[in-house]
Amino acid sequence: MSSSTTEYGYNSKVEGEVIVTKADAVINWVRSNSVWPMPMGLACCAIELMGSGGSRFDISRFGMEVMRFSPRQSDCMIVAGTVTYKMAEVVRRIYDQMAEPKWVVAMGACASSGGMFRSYATLQGVDRILPVDVYISGCPPKPEALLDGMMLLQEKIRREPATKTLLRPRPSRIVDTKVVA
Amino acid sequence: MSATDTVSSLQSTLLARFSYLTPRSGSADHPAVNVPAENLVSFATALRDELGFDMLTDIAGADWDQESPRFAAVYHFVRTAKCEYLRVVCAAPDDVAPSIPSLVALYPSANWFEREAHDMFGIDFAGHPDLRRILMWDSYPWHPLRKEFPLAGKETDIPSDDQIEGARTKVRPAPLAGGPFVATPGKTMHDGEPHGKDQSWNETQPKPTR
Repeated sequence: MSSSTTEYGYNSKVEGEVIVTKADAVINWVRSNSVWPMPMGLACCAIELMGSGGSRFDISRFGMEVMRFSPRQSDCMIVAGTVTYKMAEVVRRIYDQMAEPKWVVAMGACASSGGMFRSYATLQGVDRILPVDVYISGCPPKPEALLDGMMLLQEKIRREPATKTLLRPRPSRIVDTKVVA
Repeated sequence: MSATDTVSSLQSTLLARFSYLTPRSGSADHPAVNVPAENLVSFATALRDELGFDMLTDIAGADWDQESPRFAAVYHFVRTAKCEYLRVVCAAPDDVAPSIPSLVALYPSANWFEREAHDMFGIDFAGHPDLRRILMWDSYPWHPLRKEFPLAGKETDIPSDDQIEGARTKVRPAPLAGGPFVATPGKTMHDGEPHGKDQSWNETQPKPTR
């Protein structure tokens, strides 16, 4: 008979201190709950990104509070802001320096599509130079929207065939979108 | 003495003293004069050393399209002791290869202003110590604020020291559906959001000819 104090989870007395599961599940569990973002803050979206790190929204509830300004220590680039053509090379170079596996979140209208900056100087969507996993709408998106997008990314990470690609570099996923004239 | 009197008195003082100046009409706020390019440096020297205009706050480029002279630089000098502004417009004599003497030797603040005007309008500031582009990248072939340049841009290569494998994109004309996005204060939030004025055309459907 179960009482309110019964533990339904892992019970070492029953299981014998052994957990049986799939490698994919374990790897993805680890990866999705310790996403270290690379804050690529380029415009006002970065302010909302900072707000997400604060106590009110608290991105650390999802294991993402460790924002690393070194690409070598981070695995999710959050492109927060307007990417100009002059900056595009820099963004791509930082992405190239991140260790696999890595993911990209396009935060806000500018990073997703160029936003309202339809001009000669602005890259019309960061997906022209980076393989974007999650797009977040908004100008800028509220921290709730960012958290929602990051939770979507977590779900996406959990579906990945991690074991198959563990020792293999993932193929370059960049597709340069063609604009129909 | 009202502010308007001060404006006109400063302008008339300058016009009486420097014979090469011409009055610039239509200035609603500050006294404004035209100066020929060959007299710009001597005029600015007199402004700084004799008339107390110790600050140069801005240099703006101007492109008057079909008119001649086509290009001009608009200078804003300030006399900080009296908090007086003076607008000086210097037109470039040559419409094809516009050139205006540099004021960096007189006012160090002119350095980046002149680089910006050079970048956006292609005005050559003769005597500038380091006339590189400041906003666009060095290999960018055009001057974006010239009248004939489309807002959407023109196709060209993106700046890259060594072609990065992953980023094989180019600068492409931006889809300008409905023209530039304009934010107009409206009754509802939806009305006020930035959007194109004319949504009847986009990057796949050409702009109707009028």
